[in-house]
Amino acid sequence: MTDTVANAIATPDHEQPYAALGLKADEYASIREILGRRPTSGELAMYSVMWSEHCSYKSSKIYLRQFGQKVSPKMREKLMVGIGENAGVVDIGEGWAVTFKVESHNHPSFIEPFQGAATGVGGIVRDIISMGARPVAVMDQLRFGRIDHPDTARVVHGVVSGISFYGNCLGLPNIGGETYFDACYQDNPLVNALAVGVLRHEDLHLANARGVGNRVVLFGARTGGDGIGGASILASDTFAEGGPTKRPAVQVGDPFAEKVLIECCLELFAGDLVEGIQDLGAAGISCATSELASNGDGGMFIELDKVLLRDPTLTAEEILMSESQERMMAIVQPEKLEAFLAVTAKWDVETSVLGEVTDTGRLVIHWHGEEIVDVEPRTVAIDGPVYERPVAYPAWLDALQADSASALPRSNDVDVLRTQFLQLLGSPNLAAKSWITDQYDRYVGGNTALSLPDDGGMVRVDESSGLGFALAADANGRYAQLDPYQGARLALAEAYRNVAVTGAVPAAVSDCLNFGSPENPEVMWQFSRAVEGLSDGCLELEIPVTGGNVSFYNQTGDVPIHPTPVVAVLGVIDDVARRVPSGWQDEGNNIYLLGTTSEEFDGSAWAGTIHGHLGGLPPAVDLAQEKRLAALLAAGAGQSLIASAHDLSDGGLAHALAESVLRFGVGARVWLGDILHRDGVDVATALFSESTGRVIVSVPREDDVKFQGLCEGRGYPVLRIGVTDKLSPALEIQDVFTIGIDELRGTHSATLPDHFS
Amino acid sequence: MTRIGVITFPGSLDDRDAQRAIRHAGAEAVALWHGDHDLHDVDAIVLPGGFSYGDYLRCGAIASLSPIMSEVVDAAERGMPILGICNGFQMLVEAHLLPGGLIRNDHGSFVCRDQRLRVENTDTAWTNRFESGAEITIPLKNGEGGYIADAETIARLEGEGRVVFRYLEVNPNGSINDIAGITNTRGNVVGLMPHPEHATEEGFGPDTDAAMRNGTDGLAFFASALAALSLA
Repeated sequence: MTDTVANAIATPDHEQPYAALGLKADEYASIREILGRRPTSGELAMYSVMWSEHCSYKSSKIYLRQFGQKVSPKMREKLMVGIGENAGVVDIGEGWAVTFKVESHNHPSFIEPFQGAATGVGGIVRDIISMGARPVAVMDQLRFGRIDHPDTARVVHGVVSGISFYGNCLGLPNIGGETYFDACYQDNPLVNALAVGVLRHEDLHLANARGVGNRVVLFGARTGGDGIGGASILASDTFAEGGPTKRPAVQVGDPFAEKVLIECCLELFAGDLVEGIQDLGAAGISCATSELASNGDGGMFIELDKVLLRDPTLTAEEILMSESQERMMAIVQPEKLEAFLAVTAKWDVETSVLGEVTDTGRLVIHWHGEEIVDVEPRTVAIDGPVYERPVAYPAWLDALQADSASALPRSNDVDVLRTQFLQLLGSPNLAAKSWITDQYDRYVGGNTALSLPDDGGMVRVDESSGLGFALAADANGRYAQLDPYQGARLALAEAYRNVAVTGAVPAAVSDCLNFGSPENPEVMWQFSRAVEGLSDGCLELEIPVTGGNVSFYNQTGDVPIHPTPVVAVLGVIDDVARRVPSGWQDEGNNIYLLGTTSEEFDGSAWAGTIHGHLGGLPPAVDLAQEKRLAALLAAGAGQSLIASAHDLSDGGLAHALAESVLRFGVGARVWLGDILHRDGVDVATALFSESTGRVIVSVPREDDVKFQGLCEGRGYPVLRIGVTDKLSPALEIQDVFTIGIDELRGTHSATLPDHFS
Repeated sequence: MTRIGVITFPGSLDDRDAQRAIRHAGAEAVALWHGDHDLHDVDAIVLPGGFSYGDYLRCGAIASLSPIMSEVVDAAERGMPILGICNGFQMLVEAHLLPGGLIRNDHGSFVCRDQRLRVENTDTAWTNRFESGAEITIPLKNGEGGYIADAETIARLEGEGRVVFRYLEVNPNGSINDIAGITNTRGNVVGLMPHPEHATEEGFGPDTDAAMRNGTDGLAFFASALAALSLA
């Protein structure tokens, strides 16, 4: 029997399965209070998914406000749409805007790696379409367990082929990403997907339902039984040993349907046939109807039985909760409906008109003529519970921070240095990721100016002017475990630097904050510190956070993952023809090191790979310095003085040199003497320390004077440390070691194929 | 100006890229729609890459039955230059304009790489501007690019010089005899798995020894079609 509103009023004591749906007793009680009665089963379904951690941000909201508060006027200048919409939008000039966002699909990707990762890509791409933009590229930030753990290959194969399957079929170039292996992600891998789109300013669309009488139209794939409870049961809970399988809560993707949906939406936008639009992701129809109504005139009437179904046996509650992919909801003027339907028919996209916008202030849903939902939409979508969860300084942190890597044995013997250098080069986290990236299409679209293995991705936006954007996303969970405040700032600094080395000017930030359970006060402390660090950092760099995503409950049992705040930085470049590669290609260019080196091994790749050590305090980061560095690089690239630039981060100078050699297979001769002398460090420190604010650049001889003048004028520390050598196929570090390119390449590229091919 | 049509199927991905390449070569690019029966008076046709109908079935199998394909078959028989790239190659094979078939890569994964090729036949409508035996680099990106045919067909293709492109250095998908592309007996219809349209503009093609992403070896494909049409 259908649980109607009338029935709910008549049977106040009817027992409801709120706990199984992921709601707490007090949350259920407050729903009853809001409604002045018990919810119908349909209403309960809606509240349960929309009040889930994943959809409501109930544990993180009080912290995320900082991103809106810590802003300077300069940060608002280019921001067209900020936090709260499907994705942030940034003005990049010439009438163009870019929208980008990174989102997690962690739990689905552990349970069902292929579909979990595939639908992660699909979901974030629909967020981009919802803004009125054409998606133009994707990136992904992946974290797996130990590379040699028996379960890791299952997850890696599934995730990589899922991203490859879905992204390639959408025709979106994959322009970069990162892949880490660490035991802390063994039973909780992180799959963060980033999508970016471009639009003309006038094409901006928002998710709101305005205009009484406008039609509410659902289009795209049919609704099925997949992904029910994905947001609430799966994403907002930890995995428990021996619990029931959660596979049915994972969605199933059809990239062809999404590709057609993209083209269909763009044609709808071009024809001005859409008033408001929202994609269906987490919480499906519950989310789309309540959010559209809340952001519009406040009322909506829906006939749920008009939803086209893949499975006709689905109940109203299942339809409300289903997270079937490749669906969109649009608000359409009645007089434009015919034209709208003609476009969807052209693309063979199935469409059903579900209802209309009203001015009642209520979201009313009927099921075969009976009223099953009658709520104020804001109570579902916006005014959900807000928690100020207990916060506690981790009991173990002081001991961890006291255990510095400076106590580790550090040799300056040349044979040991050579061995350690190769060990790092072939270590899973520093090894070449081409086994993964070669499975992604980086060419489609014809606008990819940079992609992996360069430090950042870059895409041309305007063919006539060459205007484009650059993107990089980074996180270092080891640093964040040592100090989450500093860890978030370090992730920001690295992504910022990775954009700057391409020649672009950093302009905006999106983030994906991956943490353990918010019910653990120590995790909540880590989260609060990371948000503080990131928001303080963005204010210092004066680039706004445009949106983001929080992923909690990343733990199996009691042990949370390392805090992993993934920070994506978007940059703008006037002409992509002036982009800078990450390696050198020419003979006899001078190699310069920008920045200074101090003894910073805590949390480093050297400490982790050589000694299996994690402890101490992560490297210092001076964001004012990073800002000067970025300005210097932009000036150098703008005057075409810089032939290549590579950021120094994991693995330090040694690894950056190796990657710069391997990029085009051109050797180099490098001397460390001036670094040792100026900075007062030993050879091992010069090679492996992870001090921030450093970049190596190669400069053609004829531009030497100008380049040095540029550095001096801006007061940035610079040392000439080497010269490129096309004739000698080797990396020679004078008085330390010389290693041929073939050996470098063999070591760097063998690791992933050895484990996964 | 010579008009070269690019047919867009619902899941075409490299259609706009093919149009851009045609413009780079100095021709007019004309967008054609799979559901039409109209070639809009084009002089040549490109079937672009992508996943025409999702390709959950054999790649190109459904597309080969699209309304516009009957016009394409007629045009091919009249001698119009037709180039099938990647998914377009799969369609030409499914439509029986070219022999053989394309199967899942032998290593099981999608692969994207800058691919060395040798041009084996410079008498086709799409290769007449290459030097015989020229070695070129253009991007390759496919999941189902393994070329197969029965022994008799392979022998005939080889004997008649209809293998137009052969993979060099690496056979990326397990194709028989390293075959990357073939032509029909008349030389007007050419299909290949690699993507010449992604090597037509400096800055966005494969890396070369001289500079990053500056390879433009794909331009000669389109210049060849223009040359063939000006002679016809």
